Amino acid sequence: MRIITRKVGALFAVAAALGLVSGAADARDFTIASWGGTYQEAQRNVYFTPFGETSGTAFLEDVYLGGWAQFQAMQDTGQIPWDVVQLETSELVRGCEEGVFVKLDWSRIVPVEDLLPDAVTDCGVGTIVWSVVIAYNADTVGTAPASLADFWDTKTWPGKRGMRKGPKLNLEYALMADGVAPADVYAMLNTPEGVDRAFAKLDEIKPLVQWWEAGAQAPEWLAAGDVELSVAYNGRISNAQKDGINLQMIWDGTIYAIDSWAIVEGAPHQDAGYDFIRFATDPGRQAAFTKAYAYGPTHNDGIGMVEPERAKILPAGDNLATGLFGGSQDAIDFWVDYQEELTERWNRWVAQN
Amino acid sequence: MTAPAGSSLEVKLRRAQRRRSFTSFLLVAPLLLFILVVFAGPILSLLYFSIDDPKLVEVMPRTAKIVTAWDGAELPGEDAYAAVVEEIRTGYANRTVAAAAMRLNYEISGFRSMVMRTGRKIRRITGPPYKDALIGLDERWGDITYWRAIKASAGPYTTRYLLAAVDLERRWDGSVAKAPPERTIYVEYLQRTFWISFWVLACCIVIGYPMAYLIATSGRRTSRILLALVLLPFWTSLLVRTAAWVVLLQNKGIVNDFLLLAGIVDEPLTLIFNRTGVYIAMVHILLPFLVLPLYAVMRNVPPGQLRAAASLGARPVAAFLSVYLPQTLPGLGAGCILVFILSLGFYITPALIGGASDQMLSYLIAEFATRTGNWGMASAIAILLLLSVAALYPVYRGLVRGGTGFRFG
Repeated sequence: MRIITRKVGALFAVAAALGLVSGAADARDFTIASWGGTYQEAQRNVYFTPFGETSGTAFLEDVYLGGWAQFQAMQDTGQIPWDVVQLETSELVRGCEEGVFVKLDWSRIVPVEDLLPDAVTDCGVGTIVWSVVIAYNADTVGTAPASLADFWDTKTWPGKRGMRKGPKLNLEYALMADGVAPADVYAMLNTPEGVDRAFAKLDEIKPLVQWWEAGAQAPEWLAAGDVELSVAYNGRISNAQKDGINLQMIWDGTIYAIDSWAIVEGAPHQDAGYDFIRFATDPGRQAAFTKAYAYGPTHNDGIGMVEPERAKILPAGDNLATGLFGGSQDAIDFWVDYQEELTERWNRWVAQN
Repeated sequence: MTAPAGSSLEVKLRRAQRRRSFTSFLLVAPLLLFILVVFAGPILSLLYFSIDDPKLVEVMPRTAKIVTAWDGAELPGEDAYAAVVEEIRTGYANRTVAAAAMRLNYEISGFRSMVMRTGRKIRRITGPPYKDALIGLDERWGDITYWRAIKASAGPYTTRYLLAAVDLERRWDGSVAKAPPERTIYVEYLQRTFWISFWVLACCIVIGYPMAYLIATSGRRTSRILLALVLLPFWTSLLVRTAAWVVLLQNKGIVNDFLLLAGIVDEPLTLIFNRTGVYIAMVHILLPFLVLPLYAVMRNVPPGQLRAAASLGARPVAAFLSVYLPQTLPGLGAGCILVFILSLGFYITPALIGGASDQMLSYLIAEFATRTGNWGMASAIAILLLLSVAALYPVYRGLVRGGTGFRFG
């Protein structure tokens, strides 16, 4: 175990005491934490329940909503509520460096060459490829946009634009729209001039932007006509299509990343964690999951098991040709280093008229 | 004969009094304990987190000791470089150095990945001179600003979070100066928080005062119905009411549909994701906090007084200003303070209904606490908010004491 903070604040002493009252850590069942909602429901059907049945493991589920707070609390209190968690690369890398997650013994999972190279990291096993895309309402848009540059074309599309609140994604989009090749984006952002250039490009559309906080807002706004074009998670757009709303997306300049399974250091059911991750990294199950939720598989054989019609709307193959990989070491280093400074700058920028 | 009897009576009395005060202490003991645990404890730990700075000194104790003694004027000597090499080497191997690197990153963005990269390549350094070897790995190790950042992080306590919360920073020579312009957002957020709270309060008074008057002066049945109308939303969860306002205010929401249908507007008004929406929802949520204390005082103002003033020749306005209003001031004061203080801490309503430039201080607290895990900064902003509320306490005391009749609290 890593060092426990020298002096634990009164608050956490109370929290720890409550934890002791409610039972020691190893008394709980094997616990998996994921993103909740319909997403976790799909995972339950494809992964959790079948795993519980085949292995005879009793399991519990929890919801992780992103961010660092829960891992910080685990470090400070030594209470480990989860065995396996699914998370984004930035938290995965930070947690791996800080000793929150187990350094994996890959021989207990799958041969590493079976997975996409980017899905293999020291502490994480990639499980989905997700992406953000430019989306629009095909019933109301008039001319359909075709490229990322069109998002900045305020003559043809004078309406409002939905973008995610905060600097992340937006700075990358701005540079790509300004003609920077995806491969050069993070090198450019690592210079002060690059960041200035990104903000200057965002200035061009700033008066038209409506910032969303939750992923569900983008398809809602497009459907309601609140915005004409929007940055959105591709899975959300596919879900809206399933509900009969005629939303469409374009793959030019998509930013894609990988979510991974990780085993928490100090968790009581680490062996079950390995068994579960091996079970969930099966290409057939990953392909089955893409049917329920429109994210791409990480197993090399996964995409071949998906019907071509379905594969067309997944972040996989040719769809990612002009995209930017937001899960690279450069991207992670950049965002872990500059998140706070750029969030401050973004907050200031967005409040100025 | 009388004196000893009197003194024994005195002793008995004192004993009885002591027993009684002990019993009454026992009676309030659970409450006292409760307040200590849920109120004083968190505030103290909040204060503690805002100045606590243990990371670097925990992971790199030798480096911390050397840079603390160093004057910061010129690059430190070989011993400092040797300590850094050794402590990054062990810290990288047992995965403790990242927490210290994160702390250093607060001083200079990019310092974290610089330390981690150094850690990945540290095995290339096999012996002295460590200074040249470290600068060979990354030339920034030869830049004095990075060493000053290490000095500033050497702990175990720091003022950086508290200073940053008011847009200040400490320079390497110990002087306090304004933070660079692109990082000064906290005072602006504080001003915005007060500004929004002020307008919410103003709207609450304009709507709430006549409303409370109506409830207090109408017949029993009407006043009951009106009171129920105030109380009903009061009992509904804040989140539910906020979500309901989203439904009402959006572009194709009920309000806009009605306005379009009635021909009042030609195209939908933008009522949401801007300040207007925040005001509407916050005023609705906070109105009961003004109406209820006002109603409590107004009910006790005898209606005959206004008639008496009128019969003595006062015009309605004069009668209201000199007879009615002064008697309702304590209730108004209590209501105002309640509304103002509650609105200072609003989070979920501006987050869901406001745009990016309508967020208040609590938004920043949540951002630091949940997203980046920077509890020092989250605590410092929380203290800023707490102090703002504490500064209002004398105002509250003055207002409540100023009037006669009803006293709130």
